[in-house]
Amino acid sequence: MIDFPLDGLALILLIPAVAAGVLVLLPGYAIPSRLNVLASFLTLLAALSLLWRRPEAGLLLHVDDLNIVFVILNTFVGFTTSAFSASYIAHELETGRLTPPSLRFYHAMYQALMFEMNLALVANNLGLMWVGVEFATLTTVLMVGIYRTHEALEAAWKYFILGSVGIALALFGTILLYVAAKPEPGLEIEAMAWTKLIARAAHFDPALLNLAFVFLLLGYGTKVGLAPMHGWLPDAHAEGPTPISAVLSGLLLNVALHALLRFKMLLATNGQAIAPGPLLVTLGLISVLFAALMLYRRRDIKRMFAYSSIEHMGIIAFAFGMGGPLANFAGLLHMTMHSLTKSAIFFSVGHIAQVKGTQKMAEIGGLTETHPVLGWGLVAGVIAIAGLPPFGIFMSEFLLVTSTFAREPILAVLLVLGIILALGALLQKLNGLAFGAPKGSMRPVSASYMPMFSHFALILAAGIFLPAELVAWFQNVAQLLK
Amino acid sequence: MDQRLIFDIAHLLAGGLVLISFLLLYQDRMFGLLNMFALHAFVLSLSVAWQAFAQHAPHLYITAAIALGLKAIAIPILLHRVVIRLDIHREIETVGGIGLTMLLGIGLVALSMVVMLRVTEGADRLAREDLALALSVVLLGFLMMVTRRNAVGQVVGFMSLENGLILAAAGAKGMPLVVEMSVAFSVLVAILVIGIFLFRIRERFDTVDMHALDRFRGERA
Repeated sequence: MIDFPLDGLALILLIPAVAAGVLVLLPGYAIPSRLNVLASFLTLLAALSLLWRRPEAGLLLHVDDLNIVFVILNTFVGFTTSAFSASYIAHELETGRLTPPSLRFYHAMYQALMFEMNLALVANNLGLMWVGVEFATLTTVLMVGIYRTHEALEAAWKYFILGSVGIALALFGTILLYVAAKPEPGLEIEAMAWTKLIARAAHFDPALLNLAFVFLLLGYGTKVGLAPMHGWLPDAHAEGPTPISAVLSGLLLNVALHALLRFKMLLATNGQAIAPGPLLVTLGLISVLFAALMLYRRRDIKRMFAYSSIEHMGIIAFAFGMGGPLANFAGLLHMTMHSLTKSAIFFSVGHIAQVKGTQKMAEIGGLTETHPVLGWGLVAGVIAIAGLPPFGIFMSEFLLVTSTFAREPILAVLLVLGIILALGALLQKLNGLAFGAPKGSMRPVSASYMPMFSHFALILAAGIFLPAELVAWFQNVAQLLK
Repeated sequence: MDQRLIFDIAHLLAGGLVLISFLLLYQDRMFGLLNMFALHAFVLSLSVAWQAFAQHAPHLYITAAIALGLKAIAIPILLHRVVIRLDIHREIETVGGIGLTMLLGIGLVALSMVVMLRVTEGADRLAREDLALALSVVLLGFLMMVTRRNAVGQVVGFMSLENGLILAAAGAKGMPLVVEMSVAFSVLVAILVIGIFLFRIRERFDTVDMHALDRFRGERA
């Protein structure tokens, strides 16, 4: 590891790690928040460089067609969120919700989280992947509890307990997978490397592989936020700082999903093991329907979008569970679009909650009149996330629904039911938030709109026209996923 | 050494761990709980050390030493101090009766035996029974987390669950060091989180009874 060349792969891990170390030493607000943005930007550049120069797969780390999608998405949203965070945190400091010491901690934790998520994505060693997810969980637990209010502590504790149980199950699954691989003496480290395992998975003991997958599905599924293991998710999203809600929804759920996809691929290679698809489809559908119904009863704006995340992770799990080139393509597209859309929504919701001084939807109204940019931003975001044209999520949902109708009409009907229920709930709540008589504080807001608009531009572009290169690339990955 | 003896001792130690998990489930005093957890971790370290000997895997001795030093000595002492400082040694409350909990525990152990022994027929013999017992410890840890209302009780439940994971990792022959190190690290970080949390929760709520926390749901007015 000493003679590790400084390529893009090393840099996406080194930059955030070093930045976290530096940020923990820096006091104040102005410089650390800028350094945070700079480090995130450099990480994004390093991730983009992987498109041109991809290092050889090692036993510990690797980059392939699948995880490069996740890495670029991760670093991009990480960068825009850091820019949003800079203006968000300035306001939190003014109102005294955050103190300078906790701010220092916040910025260091942000970079540490980026490091851990990137590590979990590029890890070839399944143990290392688990370590990445585990540390990312612990970091976000600390960040969720940063306000130290009753609710924040309750949310963080719940997240800590449920998250720990989830990753404990995932570790047990990983151990079982290792036992199933029955390594030759001297080749133990290879029995943990995914690239080696996928080549040999056809010869694994199917019974052990099945059991391992059940544990992995429950474990990483908890982290994905699939119902009925979603209990931690709404609280954690609602009570932490909004940039963290954006990162949780847009990125950390994807990281856990990526882990799940890797294991699904392993299982799909083994002809005698159970098909992982139906399990994912079932959990996905439960999540979509459950979250869609729960959306109607929400009173807290961040909590509402947290439930919407459960719904969308359900749709994505459904897509990958259905499998096949078209559904996998739709799943990948949906995942990308959901990350971009949901984080953009949290950017606007974060500023809205700051201006109004509350997250209760009953106390927020008429946003398009009082704060046109934020209000219309929210309208655009909700239209996009509800799956209406012309945005990208419409594309992916359309693809998924049509391809499912051709194969499993009953499942498609259930899926459409869930999507329409969610649409109704979101539009109903949006009506109260964005239109009607203005409620709450009307003072002007100083916000940076760039992160929000850059995301909207991307999802709009994807909804209208997907570049052929991107389509070809996603199709290629969809083939890999089986 | 005779293979049978090696197996028997490994099973004795792993079985002991399951037994102590039951004792943990049964404890209704704070200090008793902490002492019992220390014993749990001590038996774990013996068990891992025995696996190191049986598999000729010297790196497992490191895991055993970590388990002994951190989980059997440092963490119980730390929690002891926290309990005294926060003056919470009387507060221990369980959900449901002890009898019911013990019955559920027995059911879970039976379940893990049936599942694991059936599934792992092709696997290494030493690993096989070790995994079944480890799963029992994990499930008993879950049960304990569910039946405790107290934050310290939940944390002890979680750490006993982790002990089960370490036992499983040690039993899987030649499992690379990565996972074991991570387990050790997770303990450290967990303690960090717990240390911060217990004090903050106490500072806010004047109790570490999770029941009090549950009353503050974010959405209630």
